[in-house]
Amino acid sequence: MSVLEQEVPGVVMTPDNIRTRKLPPAVNLGVAVAALVVAAALVLGLGIGNWVLVIVLGAAFYLGGLFFAAGRVEGVRAARNRTMKSLIYAACVLAVLPLASVVWTLVSKGASRLDGDFFGTSMNNISARDPMGGAYHAIIGTLEQVGIAALMAVPLGVLGAIYLVEYGKGRFAATVRFFVDVMTGIPSIVAGLFILSFWVLIVSPYFNDGRPQFSGFAAALALAVLMLPTIVRSTEEMLRLVPGPLREGSYALGVPQWKTILKVVLPTALPGIVTGVMLSIARAAGETAPVMLVAGGAAAINFDPFAGNQQSLALFVYQQAGDASKYAPARAWTAALTLVVLVLALTIAAKLLARRNKLSR
Amino acid sequence: MAKRIEASNVSSYYGDFKAIDSVSMTVEPKTITALIGPSGCGKSTFLRSINRMHEVLPNARIEGRLTIDDQNIYDPDVDVTAVRRMIGMVFQRPNPFPTMSIYENAVAGLKLNGVKKKSILDEAAEKSLRAANIWDEVKDRLDRPGAGLSGGQQQRLCIARTIAVEPQVVLMDEPCSALDPISTLAIEDLMFKLKDRFTIIIVTHNMQQAARVSDKTGFFSIDKTGDPGRLIEYDDTQKIFSNPSQKKTEDYITGRFG
Amino acid sequence: MGDYPSRSDNATAGDLGVTSRHAQGAGAGVYPSSNDEPPVGGGGALPKKARFSVETAFRALSTAAGAMVLVIIVAIAAFLVSKAVPALQKNNGNFLTETTWFPNDAEPVFGIAALAFGTVLSSLLALLISVPIALAIALFLSHYAPKRLATPLGFVIDLLAAVPSVVFGLWGRDYFQQPVRDFSIWLNEYFGWLPIFGGEGPFGQSIMLGALVLAIMVLPIVTSLSREVFQQTPGMNEEAALALGATRWEMIRTAVLPYGKPGVIAAVMLGLGRALGETIALALTLGITFDISFNLIQNGGNSIAANIANSFAEANATGRGALIASGLVLFAITLVVNMTARAIIYRRREFRDSAA
Repeated sequence: MSVLEQEVPGVVMTPDNIRTRKLPPAVNLGVAVAALVVAAALVLGLGIGNWVLVIVLGAAFYLGGLFFAAGRVEGVRAARNRTMKSLIYAACVLAVLPLASVVWTLVSKGASRLDGDFFGTSMNNISARDPMGGAYHAIIGTLEQVGIAALMAVPLGVLGAIYLVEYGKGRFAATVRFFVDVMTGIPSIVAGLFILSFWVLIVSPYFNDGRPQFSGFAAALALAVLMLPTIVRSTEEMLRLVPGPLREGSYALGVPQWKTILKVVLPTALPGIVTGVMLSIARAAGETAPVMLVAGGAAAINFDPFAGNQQSLALFVYQQAGDASKYAPARAWTAALTLVVLVLALTIAAKLLARRNKLSR
Repeated sequence: MAKRIEASNVSSYYGDFKAIDSVSMTVEPKTITALIGPSGCGKSTFLRSINRMHEVLPNARIEGRLTIDDQNIYDPDVDVTAVRRMIGMVFQRPNPFPTMSIYENAVAGLKLNGVKKKSILDEAAEKSLRAANIWDEVKDRLDRPGAGLSGGQQQRLCIARTIAVEPQVVLMDEPCSALDPISTLAIEDLMFKLKDRFTIIIVTHNMQQAARVSDKTGFFSIDKTGDPGRLIEYDDTQKIFSNPSQKKTEDYITGRFG
Repeated sequence: MGDYPSRSDNATAGDLGVTSRHAQGAGAGVYPSSNDEPPVGGGGALPKKARFSVETAFRALSTAAGAMVLVIIVAIAAFLVSKAVPALQKNNGNFLTETTWFPNDAEPVFGIAALAFGTVLSSLLALLISVPIALAIALFLSHYAPKRLATPLGFVIDLLAAVPSVVFGLWGRDYFQQPVRDFSIWLNEYFGWLPIFGGEGPFGQSIMLGALVLAIMVLPIVTSLSREVFQQTPGMNEEAALALGATRWEMIRTAVLPYGKPGVIAAVMLGLGRALGETIALALTLGITFDISFNLIQNGGNSIAANIANSFAEANATGRGALIASGLVLFAITLVVNMTARAIIYRRREFRDSAA
């Protein structure tokens, strides 16, 4: 069996010696210091950048130096292992910086307008020089639109999932499943344009003396289009987790399939389904583009989702961000914070529910 | 090539739980040693301690001294990967890499070692698959997924993968427990064949199997659940099965316990 | 079974395939005929299968709900086309090659070229930046970090994936623009000889800012999905690799990455879909110009979705039609991307399942 070793001299298949030399921590530290010093000397000496470049270049030198040093002492495989680990840790540090900045900005800037006024008033009659004004109308709009969207998308989505799991067979079901997957990738603005050309421009004139009109309901339709595939997908997954013997037990008692589904399968999968629904609601609540295209946004309170422009929180953030008033940024950030709190509350609740769900993976 | 394994006072832990308590035994080169005993007695834990797979599990650690030809594999300056290359392992359930073909599975270990030349890989694949008594069954479909084989074939593929890197010791953790009798027989035949080249240690629940294949047998047992497992008796297989010196061993062998 | 709590023992616990096959098996062929009460103590013949029953109705209802998905996809295409065609007929330019966008003029001229180019460029750049980092973080969470750290960190990443894009857009415009501008000026000074970093300025509201914000947005999504995929790697395959003497990284390369490949492709494609369709973050961060340029750092850049958001308010009927036409192109691009991704995943899954 030593053929191998004769033919490939460099390869030691079965090492006779299991001992290895490890790179001492001091060398590791030394490489780090040397890398930083070289980087600093290079950058500051040539005047080609500031401390940021020193750190970036230093990190690159360190990784290269480490690979070289470890390769000499421990061998290529161990060196590669070590370098990949360092790279992975470096990537984590790199990613944390901007994400932490987003969170910090959101909290620090968003807190400035957390007052009763913000949650109790609309933007009606708020001029550019007016520091007050609030997002009451936007919160109302978001809640109504998302609520109506859920009322439409949830039954449809759950029924669709039941079809896929319990009844669907053959080519048609495969097609439906494929397009559910594809539909999850439809951009929200396309859903907005669809409802714009279908509901706002073609259907809504029949209810408004021939003139097209924006409405919160149109926004809800667009959000429902976005929610539908995610609900089908998550519900499908949950229904599949319901053990087969549970169904068989019910059939064996002579219970028809539809009753088995409603009385046995759905209740068992319910917590998981609710989790999926809440996650899709959270995502819909954060959508800006479709609301802008079909609800139009508004400054005043509009409780009626079926007639007239309506605001939503996400759209409020966008519009305040584009507003020239010097008080607008504070309103935008506070609305953004409100939106994030709303979305995260839903998400966290959904995840906690999923954790308690005994069916979940 | 085959090497001697010596354990002295080896204790293994999972966190605070002591799974085996000061096991000592010597395994001679080019022999088959069977470890038997009731469930939970620590024989698999001991086996995994021999090639340092035990420590892969979170919070697992070990005390005592385990040497391979007088080198302590738990010394701080020992390269774990070298130990595992030297002491190969076959698992309870066949575990070919699901994304790889039969051929790729067979040479996976060589590729890890940096062998790239096609001719060498081809030769090694054929050699190890032949050694694992599976070449004739798969030679026409080497590019098919390894997971598409039957359970027994998969297990022999895993053995081929293990011996392709030419270890000196092969550990087998209940390699036949998931297989049908015919596949089991094939693996047992294979073990006799491999004995010429490797030191083999096998954990098994099947006492007939231990009696059939092994030169020496170690009997592990526990007093009650939660207690650490101990090596009760370790001797020639013939002696263990005909005239054990310990009462516990006799009880277990004759089916009065476990 | 083993005497140690091996990870391989429950390695297939997360495998949906087994459960689903079982579930379907249960449903197959068992169709209790009727919900009518059988004749009590009647003797006689077995009850006949009713032609119409709640069962039939329920099955039809759920089938209709499933078909609804197809209806919606077709409807999206149909309605977008119906509103786009009139505008396209009034167009005096070539919609596919024209780069300018003047659909509201008396003699409308508009084309998708610059917008589609900007959309694809910014999305691809964003993925180029975020995917390696996202995979690294996913591997860190699944195979490097201790469990005590990985669980809460994974939770935070999941939460970040839920943060609305408008928040990232706002942050990108108000707080990230300055550092990116500084970086752009530095790049321009030392690497200005490269066309992508050339130009006279001003810098900042550029493709680079847009792509970076997109990357930061997509990062949690790709990370969260990939982490789940990596965690599902069967423990027994990881142990097999380790037992062959693989280092941790080699174990990841032999067992984890190949196993997770289809899932990672799906995650990346989902991220790409998000990036292509992202509206508000780009509307807030791009410089909005209508030309095709590979320059990454000069003010400028545009995308289909951002243009819709920016131009919608001032659009007349033709302008709206033009925007819908551009949306149709975006729909087509994302459809192709998604269908490709799904096709890849399905094929891969077959290779693996043909095993079992």
